[in-house]
Amino acid sequence: MTNETTREIPYIAAINEAIHQEMARDEDVVFFGQSVGNNPEDPFVKAFGDGRVRVTPISETAEIGMAAGAALAGKRPVVDCTMAEFLLVAMDQVVNEANRFHYMSGGQVKAPLVLKAGYGFTAGWAGQHTGSIYGMFMGIPGLKVALPSTPADAKGLMATAIRDDNPVLFLHHYLLTLEKGPVPEGEHLVPFGQAVVRREGADVTLVATGWTVGHALGAAEQLAAEGVSAEVIDPRTIAPLDTATVLTSVAKTGRLVLVDQATRHSSVSAVIAAEVAEHGFSSLRAPIVQVTALDASIPYSKPMEDFILPDTGKIVAAVRQVLGAGVVA
Amino acid sequence: MSGANGIPAERLVELYSQMVRIREFEERVKRTFAEHPGVIRGHTHLADGAEASIVGSVGAIRDGDQVFATYRCHGYPIALGSDTAAMMAEIYGRAGGICKGYGGSMHLADPARGFLGTSGIVGQNIPQGTGAAYAAQLRGRGEVVLTFFGDGASKQGAFHESLNIAAVWKLPVVFIMENNSFSATVRTEQEDANAAAGEPLSMKAKAYSIPGVTVDGSDPLAVHEAVATAVDRARAGEGPTLIESLVYRLSAHGNSIAPPGVPLHYPEHEAISKYGAVEEYEAAKRGDPIPRFRAHLVETGALTAERAAEIAQAAQAEMQHAVDFGLESPFPEPHEALTYVYA
Repeated sequence: MTNETTREIPYIAAINEAIHQEMARDEDVVFFGQSVGNNPEDPFVKAFGDGRVRVTPISETAEIGMAAGAALAGKRPVVDCTMAEFLLVAMDQVVNEANRFHYMSGGQVKAPLVLKAGYGFTAGWAGQHTGSIYGMFMGIPGLKVALPSTPADAKGLMATAIRDDNPVLFLHHYLLTLEKGPVPEGEHLVPFGQAVVRREGADVTLVATGWTVGHALGAAEQLAAEGVSAEVIDPRTIAPLDTATVLTSVAKTGRLVLVDQATRHSSVSAVIAAEVAEHGFSSLRAPIVQVTALDASIPYSKPMEDFILPDTGKIVAAVRQVLGAGVVA
Repeated sequence: MSGANGIPAERLVELYSQMVRIREFEERVKRTFAEHPGVIRGHTHLADGAEASIVGSVGAIRDGDQVFATYRCHGYPIALGSDTAAMMAEIYGRAGGICKGYGGSMHLADPARGFLGTSGIVGQNIPQGTGAAYAAQLRGRGEVVLTFFGDGASKQGAFHESLNIAAVWKLPVVFIMENNSFSATVRTEQEDANAAAGEPLSMKAKAYSIPGVTVDGSDPLAVHEAVATAVDRARAGEGPTLIESLVYRLSAHGNSIAPPGVPLHYPEHEAISKYGAVEEYEAAKRGDPIPRFRAHLVETGALTAERAAEIAQAAQAEMQHAVDFGLESPFPEPHEALTYVYA
């Protein structure tokens, strides 16, 4: 599924490359949004014309509702929704329309569409543009949710999202926008519902998404110097969620630390903790620990913003806690 | 009653027949609550009084065009030619239903006939119809989309956002607002600025620089003419039209909402139960579009009394079959509930 010729490009360029390649591959793919194709020199407009690439008014309900209707009518719309919070303006269309039509029609229709939105912009954007709000979407039947953490995954998950026959929420992390990494040049697809082990380890399992994957890997590096071997897992999509890979890892390590930029009660970590408590309890040698954002809105001022968010130091401390709590075999 | 505008007599009789069939289908839905208690669950919404508006509108489109509607959605698929037995089985929650029992009364779909799916949330189908029109514009084959909604939906942001973008993009969509004088149980003039000012709701079109037309929705020929004009404009690439079709809903908003154990039924119409407007309601019943159109067709020689009686009998037999088929159709297997979560 992957062309092995890679080069280093930024995360955001990888996303755009996937959309561009899929538009070239399938003329039913259309791309619109409030900042898409708003001038004739736009590379998407130049490549695919101003019919398939269109700038929209600031009308989230119409944009996402139109994507649903166009998808029912045979298109594969990609809507650039800019920021994840803007989805909230159109919540019915995100969680209660396109995702239910295949089901409610008894399988007669399908609504393949992608809602692309940035999240987690914890760089001084204060309370309303910084949330990691995927928790409110991951339990919605019929809606898939992808959270890429690397440029290669950003490309591969976007390409898979566009080819998927269901609505997909593709949430890219704003703080990763310019991060570079190796990305295959040609067709590159990353399957949904398959977690990846970013680092193998034997003593503790760390699960992290998006921007926090880098922090988990940093913590694992620091812990390795102390003689602790941490395994780091990135689910990549949270709906569908690959719990099997996590359970297999916990069966090996017996300890689980969950890292999540979301607030605790609306997090992926809470869901994974419940699954492991139910299906992996006998493997656990210590209580599960969650390192999430604290339960507050994101504050503007940097010292307070840092205080709210998970970081490498908090992850290392949590790992020391579960190792200390372990029953000596 | 408007003139036939060159519509052949046989086609007029066909439109009349569709009106009779829609009414008979919904009468059987209504009767099911009394005759077979418990067979229909949840909420149903009837379009009695709007049949002329439905068949006049749907009669103005052709194969390849598409229709989006609301939870009050029984009439459109009948006008599009859907199987009434499968529709009734759907409302009865059976495996033989048109959506295999997954959707029920509020979520009928028949994509083979251009009926792509029905939202039960007020106003939310309006951008969906607009998006289907964007797809039609890209296909470039001159196809159009009819998007039906009530007067209440025109207070939703979805309505205003959709009219704006459809106008800017010149999308081939016709927005058909069936103004039945009530938003669920609230009178239109209580909640609509245009109505409160004594002006037609079609004037909302002015805000988006598109044509806005108000038409007598109990006259199928007047509706047909207005929609055909809007469809021609849409096909020609000139963009959307807003049509306000004035109808009077003859049943209550929907069947009663009650917890399990309380038999469901159709309550008294809100005009009487909430507003005490008995004469208004009686006048609306006297203006019932079905006998009105029948009288017109008989008067103009397009229909005989005998043919009208045959149409009524055929509709009764068809809907008796629909009820029988629905009752006899098996329930879905419980585990089928996990099919179709994802496409």
